[in-house]
Amino acid sequence: MSGLVAATATLELLQLEPPGWGAPLLRGLASSMMIAFGAYGLGLLLGLCGAFGKLYGGPVLRDLMAVYTTVVRAVPELVLILILFYAGTDAVNQILLGLGYDRIQISGVAAGIGVLGVVQGAYATEVLRGAIQAVPAGQIEAARAMGMAPAMIARRVTLPLMLPNALPGLGNLWLNATKDTALLAVVGFAELTQTTRQAAGATKAYFTFFMAAGVLYLTISLISGWIFARMERRARRGMPEMRA
Amino acid sequence: MILTRAFWQPHRIVLAAIAIAIVVFCAVTLRWDWVPKYLPLAAQGLWRTIWILLTSVVLGLMLAIPLGLAQAVGPWFLAWPARAFCTVIRGTPLLLQLWLLYYGLGSLFPQIPWIRQSDLWPILRQAWPYGLLALTLSFAGYEGEVMRGAFKGVPKGQLEAAKAMGMPRFTTLRRIWLPQALHRVLPTLGGETVLQLKATPLVATITVVDIYAVASRVRQDTFLTYEPLLLLALVYMAVTAVIVVIFRWFERRVPTRVA
Repeated sequence: MSGLVAATATLELLQLEPPGWGAPLLRGLASSMMIAFGAYGLGLLLGLCGAFGKLYGGPVLRDLMAVYTTVVRAVPELVLILILFYAGTDAVNQILLGLGYDRIQISGVAAGIGVLGVVQGAYATEVLRGAIQAVPAGQIEAARAMGMAPAMIARRVTLPLMLPNALPGLGNLWLNATKDTALLAVVGFAELTQTTRQAAGATKAYFTFFMAAGVLYLTISLISGWIFARMERRARRGMPEMRA
Repeated sequence: MILTRAFWQPHRIVLAAIAIAIVVFCAVTLRWDWVPKYLPLAAQGLWRTIWILLTSVVLGLMLAIPLGLAQAVGPWFLAWPARAFCTVIRGTPLLLQLWLLYYGLGSLFPQIPWIRQSDLWPILRQAWPYGLLALTLSFAGYEGEVMRGAFKGVPKGQLEAAKAMGMPRFTTLRRIWLPQALHRVLPTLGGETVLQLKATPLVATITVVDIYAVASRVRQDTFLTYEPLLLLALVYMAVTAVIVVIFRWFERRVPTRVA
């Protein structure tokens, strides 16, 4: 119990001014959110390409997509982060050297976004593929019969109609994106979890800081859950009520 | 499926040839002389990974049953804590939970005399109990949510029939409700187990020597970047394949009757 008493007594460590660690924690949260946003955006883009590739691509493209999603979903994110981090920086530098430029140091944020985006892309591919497949075939055939170009069919028919099917899965993916940013702590990037560990290690107030970070993550999760529920209700407007 | 003639279309033969070429290229150009030296350590690490995976899945599932039941039909004073538990577990990163338990409890326990003097202290001083606890709670949190849906999805008529037969409530749970609920989660359980496998390397961050930690050590000792990581990814893919095959076999054994 003495630990819990000590934990409540250390609450002033969370203050924003320098003796407190509040400001570094919030900065960590900001970089976590930035990476989550970037990775999620990149993941959606890759997922959209992947889903269309898997559904409408040629046999070679389809097999390559299958390899991508299978491998990424079978290997732990932590291992993928390390492999992609080193391979990615190496590849970029090789290309730069080949073009006659100097080596560059890739920033942690860019690397984090790239790596987590590739991971997100594999899951997004599966979510979007399922959602697109659930669009009634007659709708797409009707659009084709009207002489719409493929890009316009995607923009006007397929994507709006698949949105309500995809949103629950996409919501889960967003939550994964926010939580997966914590993995970058293992490679030493100063996002929320890593900053929390530093703060906790420096002050020995482990419970206070890990709980505080937990509250921050939980707040993000609850707010995003609420937003995605509203978006789904909006995307489903005018559709028959789902049976629970 | 891989042995059928339909699978081996011309483009797949070309792709397979390219894949084999890449593997041969890696085998020839990269350094693998460290493998025999670290093989015993890797075997130990792999065994620890699998042991933590199995234990946390079994214990987590056992915890998930009361969690799901409390949320599905429990009175509010049971349903609310169960829902709060699942929300907190699912809303925060596992790494944070792990570090909270390891660093938090790990710094709290030595201050409490009766824990230090108890017989459990030699175990609590090690890292793996905290890793196992965090992974178990995490699996219970995710699976508790799934079990809630599964309990609710069992047709009411089944339970009413049991009641009409005069079955006691616990017998109903044991013989009717739980088996049918478990039957419903079986298809998702394989996927959840793979996700749990992918969560196990996190325990390496609290000094548990699993297969991931062995690979990290090889990297530190030999200054190699890619070789240990590529082999590690291959090992995880193999374990995933085994899990998928086991669950597919298991699902086929359980009779399904489509109405």
